[in-house]
Amino acid sequence: MNSNKIRTFLRTSVAGLLIAAAPLVSAQTSILNVSYDVARELYKDINPAFNASWQAKGNPAITINQSHGGSSKQVGAVIAGLEADVVTMNQVPDIQQLVKAGLVKPDWQKRLPNDAAPYTTTTVFVVRKGNPKGIKDWPDLTKAGTQVIIPNPKVTGNGRYSYLAAWGYAIKNYKSEDKAREFVKALFANVPVLDGGGRGATTTFTQRNMGDVLVTFENEAILLDKEVGGDQFDIVYPSLSIDAPAPVSVVDKVVDKRGTRKVATAYLEYLWSPEGQEIIAKHYLRPRNAAVMKKYAKTFPAVNTFTVEKLLGGWDKVMKEQFADGGVYDQIMVKR
Amino acid sequence: MKQKLFKQSVIPGFGVTLGFTLAYLGLIVLIPLSAVVWKTTDLTLAQFWATVSEPRVVASLKLSFGAALLAAGVNAFFGLILAWSLVRYSFPGKKIVDTLVDLPFALPTAVAGIALTAIYAKNGWLGQYLEPLGIKVAFTPIGIMIALIFIGLPFVVRTVQPVLEDLDKEIEEAAASLGANRAQAVFKVVLPIILPALLTGFALAFARAVGEYGSVIFIAGNLPMVSEIAPLMIITKLEQYDYSGATSIAVVMLFFSFILLLLVNTLQAWAAKRTGREL
Repeated sequence: MNSNKIRTFLRTSVAGLLIAAAPLVSAQTSILNVSYDVARELYKDINPAFNASWQAKGNPAITINQSHGGSSKQVGAVIAGLEADVVTMNQVPDIQQLVKAGLVKPDWQKRLPNDAAPYTTTTVFVVRKGNPKGIKDWPDLTKAGTQVIIPNPKVTGNGRYSYLAAWGYAIKNYKSEDKAREFVKALFANVPVLDGGGRGATTTFTQRNMGDVLVTFENEAILLDKEVGGDQFDIVYPSLSIDAPAPVSVVDKVVDKRGTRKVATAYLEYLWSPEGQEIIAKHYLRPRNAAVMKKYAKTFPAVNTFTVEKLLGGWDKVMKEQFADGGVYDQIMVKR
Repeated sequence: MKQKLFKQSVIPGFGVTLGFTLAYLGLIVLIPLSAVVWKTTDLTLAQFWATVSEPRVVASLKLSFGAALLAAGVNAFFGLILAWSLVRYSFPGKKIVDTLVDLPFALPTAVAGIALTAIYAKNGWLGQYLEPLGIKVAFTPIGIMIALIFIGLPFVVRTVQPVLEDLDKEIEEAAASLGANRAQAVFKVVLPIILPALLTGFALAFARAVGEYGSVIFIAGNLPMVSEIAPLMIITKLEQYDYSGATSIAVVMLFFSFILLLLVNTLQAWAAKRTGREL
């Protein structure tokens, strides 16, 4: 080929590419799901399944990009301009932050079933095989000589729910804030390590052999029991625990700008479909669909839970009273 | 005669290079740092003070600076010995040892942290022997020290090594021929010459250690008032969406780091002057 021919060839191929790409660009064939850290595996399974059902309805294929990380860092990135079409988090306050920033409409919890949380989990105990310390319920965690591993409530959703589960138990059983304060103080006095992540706490408990009991999410507990443990651990369900729903929302500002509201909403609604719920259950997260729940009843024993909204007066109150600087958590930790 | 502000250099291009230096420093260092300070001004002075004088924050700042200084000190001492043996002696496998020194540079810090924790935890290779002796390393401030020593070591070795290599054997021979014994030759002749480089290594190791997060966070245990490092307090504030609180702590860290580094640099200039190696 002489240089002239090469030039013509390049020109036509570039033009050809542009023509081929043009309809793709205008139809927005990708959406971005910004999510929390340990949801990576779940959405890896959800995405192709959604794509299949989306295409079966006569839509063009869609690329779903995932971004995972610590939830508040993720939300910070979205506020700073990361164009997330949907956010899938594990705490209501994370999405409320996007509402404050004007990216998500305030009625987001009304737009989808179950207050926009397609699945939930709860806080449970993992103990060493045979439960040598006889740990049955929250008060056992406050006894002297029991070491408790909990992720850091200041920086992890998992730890925050664990702390609130203990707090809620105390409020319900002792009916006094002062007693509850004493209770969580005694519990956290038994914590030798505060890991910066839920998975980190699991590692400390299983690999470093620290602690008598690990307080963590049920899905993390089942995962470690089934896949890491090799029959070294038992799961204990306390008499009362916390309902930890994982809320999702489309990011209104972004979907309106990119023209992806339809597919983003369909993507989230798919999470409530029987197939979506089944995938969720397979990841040891409690599905909302009664039929699916029944099918996996062996995985999810009945558990008595309370919600932050009903027992503790909502997230705004809890964040302000418990976790803000100088709040109850800081007070019990500084004067250990 | 009018005194000139700058000494005229025989090398051309002073204006261009200085301009470039200032622009580059401004873009890469000063603008991001001023953004940190700027964000802090969201707070009133009273709010700022309340944030940084909170007991947990003060404890974490003390720990971070104390541990970083100690670790840099340990590194200055042992790093010097390491550099000395690498330069002065030849032994089988020297090339490999020389390369090993750089590993802490290359390793992702989180990997270093996890590896150190695995080794020093009570069921780890070393931890299982230390724990019965009553020495707890992982999840204590000692663990933080170990991690900081690990990441800071190459800085001292790599700054001291070239100076030692440049040091002529003749200087020591001259000292010996003038009647100095071995110890005198080392402490009165060699050490003063390498002191500026050693101080630079110390300063670099310190600066790296004080802001270190990745490797420390796994081994620290992160207990309030005991083993929380200042960078963790910054992350904690960020997790609460308290951006100005986070930058407040950062500003305090920057301030103390700057003062300490300035001190080290002054000391270094003084040491260099003393040995006639004025810059």
